Amino acid sequence: MPKNVKIRRGADIKLDGAAERIKGDIAFPSSFAIKPTDFHGLTPKMVLKEGAEVKAGQEIFHDKYNERVKFTSPVSGEIAEIVRGAKRRILEVRIVPDKDQKFESFDVSDTSSAEKVKQLLMSSGFWPMIKQRPYDVIANPESKPKSIFVSAFDSAPLAPDYDFILHGDKEAFQTGLNALGKLTDGKVHLNSRPGASADTVFAAANGVEKNTISGPHPAGNTGIQIHHIDPINKGELVWTVNAQSVAMIGRFLMTGKADFSKTIALAGSEVEKPRYMTTIIGASMKTLTDGQISAGDNRIISGNVLTGDNAGAEGYLGYYHDAVTVIPEGKEPQFLGWLAMNFNKFSLSRAYFSWMMPGKKFRLNTNQNGEDRAFVMSGQYESVLPMDIYPVHLIKAIMTNDIEKMEVLGIYEVAPEDLALCEYACTSKTPVQEILRGGLDLAQKELG
Amino acid sequence: MKFLQDLMFNKIRPNFEKGGKFEKYYPAYEAMETFAFTPPHATHTGAHIRDAIDLKRTMFFVVIALIPSLLFGMWNTGHQYYLSIGEFTGLADGLVDKLIFGAIRVLPLVVVSYVVGLGIEFGIAVVKNHSVNEGYLVSGMLIPLVLPSELPLWMAAVATAFAVVIGKEVFGGTGMNILNPALTARAFLFFAYPTKMSGNMVWIPQETGMATVDGYTGETLLSQAYNSSAGSNFGDIAYNAAGQPFGSLADTMWASFWGWIPGSIGETSVFAILLGAAFLLYTGIGSWRIMLSFLVGGLSMSMLFNAWGANAFMAVDPVQQLLMGGFMFGMVFMATDPVSAAQTSTGKWIYGFFAGFLGIMIRVFNPAYPEGIMMGILFMNVMAPLIDHYVVQANINRRMKRAKVATA
Repeated sequence: MPKNVKIRRGADIKLDGAAERIKGDIAFPSSFAIKPTDFHGLTPKMVLKEGAEVKAGQEIFHDKYNERVKFTSPVSGEIAEIVRGAKRRILEVRIVPDKDQKFESFDVSDTSSAEKVKQLLMSSGFWPMIKQRPYDVIANPESKPKSIFVSAFDSAPLAPDYDFILHGDKEAFQTGLNALGKLTDGKVHLNSRPGASADTVFAAANGVEKNTISGPHPAGNTGIQIHHIDPINKGELVWTVNAQSVAMIGRFLMTGKADFSKTIALAGSEVEKPRYMTTIIGASMKTLTDGQISAGDNRIISGNVLTGDNAGAEGYLGYYHDAVTVIPEGKEPQFLGWLAMNFNKFSLSRAYFSWMMPGKKFRLNTNQNGEDRAFVMSGQYESVLPMDIYPVHLIKAIMTNDIEKMEVLGIYEVAPEDLALCEYACTSKTPVQEILRGGLDLAQKELG
Repeated sequence: MKFLQDLMFNKIRPNFEKGGKFEKYYPAYEAMETFAFTPPHATHTGAHIRDAIDLKRTMFFVVIALIPSLLFGMWNTGHQYYLSIGEFTGLADGLVDKLIFGAIRVLPLVVVSYVVGLGIEFGIAVVKNHSVNEGYLVSGMLIPLVLPSELPLWMAAVATAFAVVIGKEVFGGTGMNILNPALTARAFLFFAYPTKMSGNMVWIPQETGMATVDGYTGETLLSQAYNSSAGSNFGDIAYNAAGQPFGSLADTMWASFWGWIPGSIGETSVFAILLGAAFLLYTGIGSWRIMLSFLVGGLSMSMLFNAWGANAFMAVDPVQQLLMGGFMFGMVFMATDPVSAAQTSTGKWIYGFFAGFLGIMIRVFNPAYPEGIMMGILFMNVMAPLIDHYVVQANINRRMKRAKVATA
């Protein structure tokens, strides 16, 4: 039975610079990178060396502990540089693209069984698009999830609109859903907002359970949707796939061509003309933002303002990200800032005036707006987390490395993105996502 | 502002940074600098934007909410004094004289509380090399407001030191304490120097050689209710500190609501407290759940006592019972301390209800002293983690049950 879920807790942070629903043109990026750091917990094993020629879809490295999961080049070209960090950890593999793109081709004539679909996705580099809960990591291909969740919308601030991005991709999206359906004995859940005139790509989808979920962010997070529709218990697995990734997987399975192009939103208050553009995974931020953002000290984020990565002007679009958000840095001290009226600041509390201006779109910067403190206020996290979970108690259990407590308090059900709003709202500026990620790592190591 | 920042901080900062002359005083320096200028810290992990609220603003807003009570307390201290010597006995008379007299009595207590408390906080921050937490901004204002204006300053200093060190810092500072620090200070004084915290003579300022007017008692309403003989109707016999009867229950309530009665500095005026409460509820900083359940708890106990009616104190009208003494102040400013209160929503309802319920119960049953709100709240402070434990355990049990159903 499809479920219609209403959530009340959460918050929509209204930011200036939402992408207009038009597709802009953009030059072919001059540089690409595939970043092992996008895949949490991955130990990459390099297959190619610097200077090697690659085709789009050709393996560059694989998971050291599971050779079948391959990470491939999004474009054809030459591996220009392997950037390493502390302890020689691989941070980026940079690729200079060819003028004429050559694609690795795969035989997609037979996608009848789960094993065949898996093999195709793993060898082509599409497999990492499927993530698993608990732990929010790449799905283990040897396992079988009880269900698969696809969210048809992203509710994060300035998030891209999948109705627009996937418009006209009905066939690819359906092919992707069909493939996912083979990977589970349970259901594939497709969750959209109720009443909204969902694009036909979602409305016409079949073979899936179509649920609706209404309410403020994080309603669009699969974590919240899973919690209300088919919650994860100890020992259970649920896989999640981003809506655009489903279409990309579908397109690959229709054509056999390892095409990693996607539509992303370029948004944020510092973007002169916020809009959508089509590019390729791993594209350089330089190309994506060149001449499009205002001067000054900006933060260029791959992803959204709550969960994205600080890519910087020299960085690259992350594997999972459908947006690039540019906001001003906030490194200016303010005289008696804690006392000032601050009409331009946004707060979920009513200690500022932003709650009186429901229509206003804010130009927020990256200032932390306060210093790190011990937990003092209560009820803040709960008011933005629409789950039957006590987030502060969970975070405290993680801080004290109490694995048994983490387990019973629901760590299986959450990913850092689900608690991003808690981090946003926190008066004490606790790094919630970082702590939660640490807890997930520990739980995965100890509990498997 | 740039020049101010250069003048005040940028020049001397190197002295406090690593390798500087006063390196170990960095926490104290940092507290000063971040007080003047919100720090330029940009987010480095997780969410790139953060809510504008921080602990400085939160705490400062509570201090703002306390200002009506402080101002009224100053006036009332003067008013009670002039009433006792028979001058300016009208409420509107001698406003400035009363305020000045009260300020001279009250402000030294405020200063002592802040100097001693912040001194210890800064000292400990320097020794333990952590930043100074803003929590004391509120405690420092709460402590003088729950003291009688006649308390010797050194006692206030000792109590403050006790509250900060034993009530808070031994647990690890703001956020870790079990008991409300301001109530810890008051409880300390109450048990260490009971003669200065109770009785009839501590509430009204005494000047050497002053002659009180005939019939003057200095008795608080609570003390009258406590001492009145069984069967008497409190509303008919209540009188003000000068011994003049209020006349009727309605007039007694009126006086209690506005607060021109003897009592601790900040606790008497329900009106001033409600102004603060309105501000805290509007900004969302004070928990409405705790305030409401506290009120319901106190009212329930008062009504139970009313129905029982074994003595005159029990028979006091429930509304009058809540308007007297520290009930309202405790409800708005003490029980709502987010650190020592219950932290879960369900827990807050239980915590608030029993704090109010037990507060009135102790007030009426206490054989030594006719007040119990402080004890009620402190007791529930101790119980709050237990309440939360069971609330969270219920959540865990729900999850376990779901898991069993799924595997079955």
